[in-house]
Amino acid sequence: MSKGKGDKAAEIRRLMATEGPAIEKNTKGFNRKRQEAVADLENYEELRTRVREIKEDAIDRLPELLEQLRTAVEENGGNLYIADDADDANRYIRDVAADHDAESVVKSKSMTTEELEVNDALAEDGVDVVETDLGEWVVQVAGETPSHLIAPAIHRSQESIAQLFKEHFDPEDPPETADELTTFAREKLGERIRDADIGMTGANFITADSGTMAIVTSEGNARKCAVTPDTHIAVSGVEKVIPSTDDLSPFLELLARSGTGQDLTAYVSMLTPPVDSPTLDFDDDETPLSERDSDREFHLVLIDNGRMAMREDDQLRETLYCIRCGQCANSCANFQHVGGHAFGGETYSGGIGTGWEAGIEGLDTAAEFNDFCTGCSRCVNGCPTKIDIPWINTVVRDRINRGKEPEGYDFLVEGLTPDEEPGGLDLDKRLFGNFETLAKLGSATAPVSNWIADTGPARWALERVAGVDARRDLPEFQRETLVDWFEKRVSTVSDPTREVVLYPDVYTNHVQVERGKAAVRVLEALGVSVRVPPMRSSGRAPLSQGMVATAEEHAHDVYGSLAEHLDAGRDVVVIEPSDLAMFDREYERFLPDASVERLQENSYEIMEYVYGLLENGADADTLRAGDGHDVAYHAHCQQRTLGLEAHTVAVLEDLGYDVLTSDVECCGMAGSFGYKDTYYELSMDVGDDLAEQFSTTEARDRTVVASGTSCLEQLDALLARPATHPVELIAP
Amino acid sequence: MATTTTNPTLSTFEEALADLGVELTRTTVDDFAATLDDIVRDPAVGVALPFDVEYPDSVTVDPTPAALERAETGVTPASFGVANYGSVLLPSTADGAEPVSLYPKLHVPVLRASDVLPDLPEALDRFGDAARDEDLSAIVATGPSATADMGKLVLGAHGPEAVHVVMLDE
Ligand code: SF4
Repeated sequence: MSKGKGDKAAEIRRLMATEGPAIEKNTKGFNRKRQEAVADLENYEELRTRVREIKEDAIDRLPELLEQLRTAVEENGGNLYIADDADDANRYIRDVAADHDAESVVKSKSMTTEELEVNDALAEDGVDVVETDLGEWVVQVAGETPSHLIAPAIHRSQESIAQLFKEHFDPEDPPETADELTTFAREKLGERIRDADIGMTGANFITADSGTMAIVTSEGNARKCAVTPDTHIAVSGVEKVIPSTDDLSPFLELLARSGTGQDLTAYVSMLTPPVDSPTLDFDDDETPLSERDSDREFHLVLIDNGRMAMREDDQLRETLYCIRCGQCANSCANFQHVGGHAFGGETYSGGIGTGWEAGIEGLDTAAEFNDFCTGCSRCVNGCPTKIDIPWINTVVRDRINRGKEPEGYDFLVEGLTPDEEPGGLDLDKRLFGNFETLAKLGSATAPVSNWIADTGPARWALERVAGVDARRDLPEFQRETLVDWFEKRVSTVSDPTREVVLYPDVYTNHVQVERGKAAVRVLEALGVSVRVPPMRSSGRAPLSQGMVATAEEHAHDVYGSLAEHLDAGRDVVVIEPSDLAMFDREYERFLPDASVERLQENSYEIMEYVYGLLENGADADTLRAGDGHDVAYHAHCQQRTLGLEAHTVAVLEDLGYDVLTSDVECCGMAGSFGYKDTYYELSMDVGDDLAEQFSTTEARDRTVVASGTSCLEQLDALLARPATHPVELIAP
Repeated sequence: MATTTTNPTLSTFEEALADLGVELTRTTVDDFAATLDDIVRDPAVGVALPFDVEYPDSVTVDPTPAALERAETGVTPASFGVANYGSVLLPSTADGAEPVSLYPKLHVPVLRASDVLPDLPEALDRFGDAARDEDLSAIVATGPSATADMGKLVLGAHGPEAVHVVMLDE
């Protein structure tokens, strides 16, 4: 099994070196502009809610809407064809081309036609297809595939495009600057559009009431393709149909903003074909436009290709709400470093790519890149249709796990894997998914376990068998767990203001015991009575390996142990942000609504809780003051998604610390991800951005604080100075 | 060029156009021909306007396709303006408003000041009725054509590289 993984690591390394720099620059630019653009929008959340509602309704009523659309398109004088799959769609399109003796087709960018591989299908009949979107054309000339949903050539620099044109076209005066390259492309493509027999476009939205298609471009090529040749074929997925033109505006307001951070893309064509525009023959210098005929033919080809089955699939259905804005790729740290040629399947790439590929191509294709999603959740708040993208990736991972046949090494870890999962599950997944068991064993036998784990042969075996990268320091298990320590001590609070259950997450309990002790001291100093009862791990570790059934079992156990405390009016305080995120987001999938609501309402992140206590009059003087102490703070991804970063910053500032915060998407470690030999180098490459931020003149002498365990471990690997949890900083 | 106005929708529109790098000239029915004459680059073509105005001689109205291909400027009517985005709604018509607004390097949309609407929902609301009843096709155009695919932002990818809005005060 190492062979395949080694190849993959090499491929990732190659892409990081060749395509990474251009992708990083471009995606981060889009992402930054998006953040500014949505911050400006007063009714952003309202718009998201609205488009979510429209999508839910549209997918729910899809068969009915398709019939309504058919009537509208046919009444307008066009044709609607609903194709079962790619072959069916291509057959129809080839027939249309044959009917017109077409020799050439000009096409404006459409991922759906990439899905069909329509260019190849038409080429079989000798029909020449040219892409007219400049980025897509670059990709076509280079013989590559798009590396991003909305910016297909995002992986190429200006220099590499200049080089490509020079080699491919051998022009007398090779274009070099962006302006020259654009002019060159415009002229070449202009000729093709002028002479084409058929224009082909995609459609971003199609309204059932009027048969109007909205096509969004900034270049204007879709307009040219749609109205210059007299035959127009639009190709799209069935999921693009929305009920009415009245529903268009919230989508349009969010699409460009979410993708590139523009308010609106330059052109939104709202075509209700066949259009009235006169047909164009540029050799005609006799007939005024108004006297030329407008005999136009229009075909709308909508493809099912697995979508109707996704609609019936309770987990994958949400994927159909995707409007392909590309935000989940732009905001993803892993994507920023490798792009869609690694983080993508046959057609679709980025966060939601897994859902699309699983539904359209099948699990095998999705399996090739599903692991790139670490569940950091940074894409979640930016998805215009509020899709829980990490959840879709988890579900697909679970299905991939379940589809696997058992392999030879299973006996080695049987005792370590008391899980609910099938035999074929990858060993690395099984190992990390059962981290709780490992941690128990590790603490029970510490420090011996740590010495053994660190020996050459053990590291070799771990890497060989379970894919744990030997370059990564392993967590150091503590002999005395937090729970053990706590049992032996006597509370110092006589007249408590509140009662708290401090959740002993598996890292705090076994590895980061000091931050647990610090949390107890902080809470008690603020007059809170604390309990630290033994409890199961949240299920985050198995969940991130796609072991959904195991994670669910944890959820039931955890809620079972907390229920009595909740009944007694105790607050639940969580140190590890990924566990709080689990309670806040994923437990909704596992527990009854009433249970999860109670848990959510009464659970807090430790610094959030401290913030609340101080706001309610607790005495800040009992905590360790900052006295102008300079700190550099990295919040955890999931904590930021939950909007909890600000509390830590506020507490630290209140106590007199001078805080600088990092704004990179992720530290790169993302739980088990950075341990795996396939992804170790990528995780360090992602982490370099954080290291850079914390090594500037302004930051390099500051104490580094971070909230998540994996962030702390990653920072230890990235920086020479140690990192600590903020609660340790302020503990008396 | 900057015209001050007390109408908040119009001033929003003016600001949005300025942000997009789109020029705006306000004129009256009487001054229209002279104003347009100053704006267009030769050769210029145009389609009939549904307003009570005369085209200057410099603009060939209802051109042939070959004349369109030679043209540097295209003048077309806009049904609405969208104030907060600086967009104009360009109807596609049988006399070629779509290609005339698209092929030449400079596009001059002409609209009535009273047709500037505050936001997109309102503009699409009006469009929707026409789409349902008369199969209307239209383009919401916001600034010039642009691409960032060649390494940096370049204006005038496939469509016009410049837009100059003429607004008729009545
Ligand atoms: S899943 Fe959401 S964020 Fe990702 S491309 Fe689709 S709509 Fe955009």
